[in-house]
Amino acid sequence: MLSWPNFLSQFFNGLALGALLALISSGLTIIYGTLGVLNLAHGAMFMLGGYAGFVVFQATGSFALAVLGGSLFMVVVGVVVERVIIRHFYSRPDEDQILVTFGIGIVLVELVRLGFGSNSIQIPPPSWAMGVTSLGFLIYPTYRIVVLGIAAVALLALYLVLYRTRLGLIVRAGIEDSGMVDILGINVNQVFMLVFGIGAMAAGFAGIINAPVVALTPDSGDTILVETFVVVVIGGVGSFPGAVLGGLISGEILSLTSMVNPSYSEVMLFAVMTLVLMLRPQGLLGQRGRA
Amino acid sequence: MSERKGVRRWWPEVAAAIGLVAAPLVLPVLGFAPDTVNRIVVWGLFGLGFDMLFGYTGMLSFGQSAFFGTGGFVAAYLLTNNMVGNVVLALLIGMVAASVAGVFVGMIALRRTGIYFAMITVAIAQVFFFLENSPLSDFTGGENGIPGVPAPKFDLGFVQIQVGNGWSMYWFLATCFFIGLVIARRIVASPVGAILMAIRDNPQRVEALGHATWRYKLTIFVIASAYAGFAGGLLGVLQGYMPPDAFTFDTSGQLVIQTVIGGTGTLFGPLFGAGIWLYLHDFLQGPMGLGSAWRLALGLVFVLLVCFLRRGILGGIADLFRRKSHVEAPESSPDLVLEAPVTHAVPARRQQAAAHTGPVLQASNLTKRYGGLLANSDITFAVNEGEIRGIIGPNGAGKSTFFKMLTCEVPPTSGKILFHGQDITGRGVAEVCQLGLTKSNQVNQLFGRLTVRENITIASLAERRGLYRPDLLRRLGSVPGLSDQVEHTLAQVNLTARADTPVSELAYGEKRRLEIGLALASSPTLLLLDEPLAGMSPQERVATMKLLRSIRQGRTLVIIEHDMDAMFEIAERITVLNEGKLLAEGTPEEIQANSFVQEAYIGGVHA
Repeated sequence: MLSWPNFLSQFFNGLALGALLALISSGLTIIYGTLGVLNLAHGAMFMLGGYAGFVVFQATGSFALAVLGGSLFMVVVGVVVERVIIRHFYSRPDEDQILVTFGIGIVLVELVRLGFGSNSIQIPPPSWAMGVTSLGFLIYPTYRIVVLGIAAVALLALYLVLYRTRLGLIVRAGIEDSGMVDILGINVNQVFMLVFGIGAMAAGFAGIINAPVVALTPDSGDTILVETFVVVVIGGVGSFPGAVLGGLISGEILSLTSMVNPSYSEVMLFAVMTLVLMLRPQGLLGQRGRA
Repeated sequence: MSERKGVRRWWPEVAAAIGLVAAPLVLPVLGFAPDTVNRIVVWGLFGLGFDMLFGYTGMLSFGQSAFFGTGGFVAAYLLTNNMVGNVVLALLIGMVAASVAGVFVGMIALRRTGIYFAMITVAIAQVFFFLENSPLSDFTGGENGIPGVPAPKFDLGFVQIQVGNGWSMYWFLATCFFIGLVIARRIVASPVGAILMAIRDNPQRVEALGHATWRYKLTIFVIASAYAGFAGGLLGVLQGYMPPDAFTFDTSGQLVIQTVIGGTGTLFGPLFGAGIWLYLHDFLQGPMGLGSAWRLALGLVFVLLVCFLRRGILGGIADLFRRKSHVEAPESSPDLVLEAPVTHAVPARRQQAAAHTGPVLQASNLTKRYGGLLANSDITFAVNEGEIRGIIGPNGAGKSTFFKMLTCEVPPTSGKILFHGQDITGRGVAEVCQLGLTKSNQVNQLFGRLTVRENITIASLAERRGLYRPDLLRRLGSVPGLSDQVEHTLAQVNLTARADTPVSELAYGEKRRLEIGLALASSPTLLLLDEPLAGMSPQERVATMKLLRSIRQGRTLVIIEHDMDAMFEIAERITVLNEGKLLAEGTPEEIQANSFVQEAYIGGVHA
């Protein structure tokens, strides 16, 4: 069981899973960092993205269009949710924000259940990414390499948006001190709306590209949400680099532990989270005094 | 918190008892099956603990399933393996197991607050689910759960009662719920309950007033775990089967939803919410033919309630009644000149600490650095027993930072603080308050949802009970000397007429007086006042100056104030801070004549 190829293959699985978790978690973390809202509907948005991609795929038969259409749909969902509901909760206590996003998550999940039933659905990988690829030292499913690639590119894109654009500058400034951004005369409302849209898209996008690997059900988001929490607690809430690092660490923990004994993989993940909380309560890359 | 006498104090218990007895007669008429009612009662009991945790203390946990499951599986395992014959005993052991789990989880989760707390509880509860599901499946049956959990049997000597299904089970569950309710109401009405409600509003101030906030939070977390554990055991007994679902996130989520729908901070809310949830579950799925869409309907109701009726249905009804019966409180009378009140003697405990001779407070070489910003630099400062010391300085001089270091709210980067000759550097703010050093803040730090009297009570409790005391079943009114001290402080700050007004309805000047009152009520020997006159009207200012003079007996006061006239009038010595450094120190006359001070303030008075 503990063979070299097996280890490598699990290590790659860990990377792919980690990149995916990093992507979802960055969505959660920039929403929290900028808006101050912990989005408990984030798992549901991951799931909803997958279903949106599924619908587009059924209509067009194109995987690329599924990814594009699903992502755009999630931006719209994010913007609408922010406009209609979240906006009214900025001045309310943390608990209220948590409760309302929790409720939104339930509504999204049950809407999908109503429309698609509880049975699992799957999007096939694009034809060019089917089968396996030999990496020389390892034979590995092609689509998983693609997932790793796509997730890495998406993270890079998110990085560029956050660190190379005006919007990103405002978002990062907002994470540091949202009151100050407001005072500087920046239209925070618009920024908040965009950030929520981007955050929702990050989760939804991950949901689509993950759909060929793991079949989707309306409840898919639950586990992902919990794992995302662990990722941001490990990495530090509100920190984009923290989300990436936390995601990769968590992915590897899950994969490598399941090589030894799958039933302990989640337990191990939470053990590491506890350890981080003990030694560095603000998270690996989090700043003291926030949250 | 005001003492209610006789029957009135007990009416919720009496009403609950009548309701529980009447339920088997009334609810079937409304279409409730006995099994549904039984489930409602189990969830109601589960929710009693959760409401104390969330509704009263403000700690939103999404991980209560961990304790529900632990209690349930421990009890079910003991019973089905014939290790414990008595059902009630097994339930109690399950409850203890859940409490132990609560201690461990609490130690981890309570390292953080707010959203972190919510996220960590979710994550830890998930660990329990995974542990139950595979590593411990030899004991728990994994995905199959534990079947064959027996119902209780009672031997009363003259008659044996075998609890069966339906209404017979109901009486057993209802009895458990009632006992749980009576205990919960005692806890809520105890000094601990009062402190928990204050923690919900402003945990930092509770700590600053001398309560070990963290230990109180852990206490209520463990109590909530115990309730969850007992309820989990009851679920197994009710169903004759312990389902693994007990450990799922859905369980925690359902509890949160039911509590919010019913109304947080009411104790009855979760029971009521469970009734709505399970009734809708039956009704929407059955007669309405909504099938699985019932959860969607519930989700929508939940979102709407959070948006528009945050206190839930029972809370909404309670608010409605309160508004109706609201009698206009007498208007504040800021121009009412304070009679110099009889000075409250500093308690003996504190006087012992004062046996030390020499300066009351001695700070040496205090420095505070925030990143690149040097807020305080090398300040050496001493105050003598009984002195009134003023601290002045332009905005940004580091006065408030200096105060925060003295009360140990923030640790100094370097330097040392001696209070009554005792090194307090690096101690907790609560501990320092217990030693007799506290401060009133520049920005009010009040408990917004409590009344004036309740606010003062929280402060007095710290002095009466020390850092921490788990007197969960004691009546608040029976804490010795408490009400005298509260009434006295109310009179001192001229708020007796407003004692039962919620803080949110006070005028600004009244809030300022209450801020000072909070600090006073903890009976400090050294009181730091950060801009006590800020924002007060001229009349209020006169009254407050009088108050400051009257409270000096047996106390040392250090006052930060921008009002120079007041300062030169009341202070015996004045310390001037400028740009984080000590600029000058001396009598008011010396300071007025000091050219450095004039320069710092007016920007140069070169003749």
